[in-house]
Amino acid sequence: MNTLRLRDCGLFRLVALVIVPIIIVVVACNQGTYYSAIVSTFAINVLLAASLNLVNGFSGMFSMGHAAFMAVGAYISAFLTLTPTQKENMMPDLPQWLTNLQMPLLPALIFCGIAAAIVALIIGVPVLRFKGHYLSVATLGLIVIVRAVLDNSDGFTNGPRGVTGLPALATPPVIFLVLIISLFVMFRIIRSQYGRGLIAMRDDDVAAQSLGINLVSKKISIFCISAFFAGVAGALWGHVQTVISGQFFYFTMSFKVVQISIIGGMASLSGAAIGALFMTFVPELLAPLESGFTIFGVTLPSLYGISNIIMAVFLILVIIFRRQGLLGSSELLLESWFSKETYTSLFKKSEYKKLLGALKPKPRKAKSKK
Amino acid sequence: MSAEYIISQLINGLRLGSVYAIVAVGYSIVYGILRLINFAHGDIMTIGVYIMLLFMTSTGMPLWSVIVVSVLVSVIVGVLIERFAYRPLRSAGEEATLISSLAVSTLLQNLLQMIFSPQKKAFYLPDFFTQQHQFGIVKLSTMNILTFAAVIIMVIALTLVVQKTKIGTAMRACSENLDASRLMGIKPNQVIVFAFAVGSGLAALAGLMLAGEYKTIDPLMGFVPGLKAFCAAVVGGIGSLYGAVAGGLVIGVAEMLFAGLMPTSVTAYRDAFVFVVLIVVLLFWPNGIFGRSEGRRS
Repeated sequence: MNTLRLRDCGLFRLVALVIVPIIIVVVACNQGTYYSAIVSTFAINVLLAASLNLVNGFSGMFSMGHAAFMAVGAYISAFLTLTPTQKENMMPDLPQWLTNLQMPLLPALIFCGIAAAIVALIIGVPVLRFKGHYLSVATLGLIVIVRAVLDNSDGFTNGPRGVTGLPALATPPVIFLVLIISLFVMFRIIRSQYGRGLIAMRDDDVAAQSLGINLVSKKISIFCISAFFAGVAGALWGHVQTVISGQFFYFTMSFKVVQISIIGGMASLSGAAIGALFMTFVPELLAPLESGFTIFGVTLPSLYGISNIIMAVFLILVIIFRRQGLLGSSELLLESWFSKETYTSLFKKSEYKKLLGALKPKPRKAKSKK
Repeated sequence: MSAEYIISQLINGLRLGSVYAIVAVGYSIVYGILRLINFAHGDIMTIGVYIMLLFMTSTGMPLWSVIVVSVLVSVIVGVLIERFAYRPLRSAGEEATLISSLAVSTLLQNLLQMIFSPQKKAFYLPDFFTQQHQFGIVKLSTMNILTFAAVIIMVIALTLVVQKTKIGTAMRACSENLDASRLMGIKPNQVIVFAFAVGSGLAALAGLMLAGEYKTIDPLMGFVPGLKAFCAAVVGGIGSLYGAVAGGLVIGVAEMLFAGLMPTSVTAYRDAFVFVVLIVVLLFWPNGIFGRSEGRRS
């Protein structure tokens, strides 16, 4: 009985699941701007999809309006981090105190998240009364509404021309720091009493209500929490791209987030990471197809949009053959990332013994089955 | 602001509303049976328009035959989509088919971009369509008259089909209760394929009207009008034929009057306005204006 498996050792988990990924990320970031840009996009995608999963996967609503909250976050971060001269040029209608205000990225992110959450609260109170499809279409409408506001309030947002010259403050270390903190918070939310209430609501709202769960407050609060992280992600996205305008935060962006979340598995935070891994790197690999390339002496014509087509087909296949997404509702990594035992294992003698025990070949394995 | 101006805005609104109505009927038929929002519906409209452009520019076929070909192609595309993207998900939940339709929509948009390039293209109808006719104070183009006629013919034809024919009876039975109608010997798949075919064909016609008005077309042109048509179907009460038509006209007229009569600083919000109307209508009439109560929308 009691055979020691390698993955049960805290020390092994520390090395394999924490230190190795960190090394990979650090190495990738130092490989040049191309790799660090991909890694940053990946991390932002994880944050977006994970925050969408809070609503779509864990609480049984189906929102598609994530791009709207991203837009709010990105524009608020532009208000807070641009220099006063830039703001006078592009946003002449801002109140004076806001024009003069300039803060570092990290505190600005919190305000971005709060602003997105406030928008979610305002829109959520009427919209979250809808169910199923109606909620989805209403949240799509939210994207249209936010886009219209962004494009038409020239004095605040520079209209359809967008805001340029955002400081490139979102370096990979910053993004990963924010990602890890956000994942930790979301993970704790999901594993709290509140989170179990959410899951109960998802599985059967009538039964949940009869157990004393307040559906309305749950729905609105989780919508706001999700929007908070979407706003943070949007702000980071803006600082990676350094250019933002309404057209970026439109259907394409929102669908991409939904796609990531579906492919990875909606009811799993680490599913977001798997989905983002797919949706970030596979299109990069397919990129040569878009511009036409030569294989075995045959030059293929450039196929604009082929990677989107392939990803769309993949999404249809996933939804037909593995509806719950690649990870389903299981969690990978996060459990060990955020448990104390993984980190304290470094200082415990017993953990080293355990590791040695697990590494030892086990000739008696067949016997133990009897 | 003269009465003439208001009337011309009203007519523009009715024309736009007719386009929405035709698309909304397609949404409504499919939704009534399958509870599926077919996001790809708007893109089928785009496909119809592109096929028309392709045949008009490359062959010298007369316009009516081009329209027939484009409707046929759209019907085939619609039926194929149903077969490969929606039928495997028949037993899955609402969300699965919604996502699938979203993926199909992305697929079609990118396919069109790949084949026809993402650039905008000019789309001209023969002069015959843009000719203006004066009826007293009212001014109508041939296209307007044809659009209104198309809506009326569509409503009459669909009413006859739904009320008098066997397949129409089967459709009504399926939208009432899919499982029970299967027990009654109706083959749901036939009915669903028929619904998709009708909806897609109508979408192609609506695309012609929309493109004739805008004069330019691009691969993404169908999506937002498609969404608005869905709003129209919901506002009218989804699942009901007359509701879809009425909702389409209401949304079209409201949008045009909003764009034409409001101060210019606000008119740029017309896309947003439609969705605000949707949300407000749903808050007060959860089943739409003409819909039957079903207790599942909000």
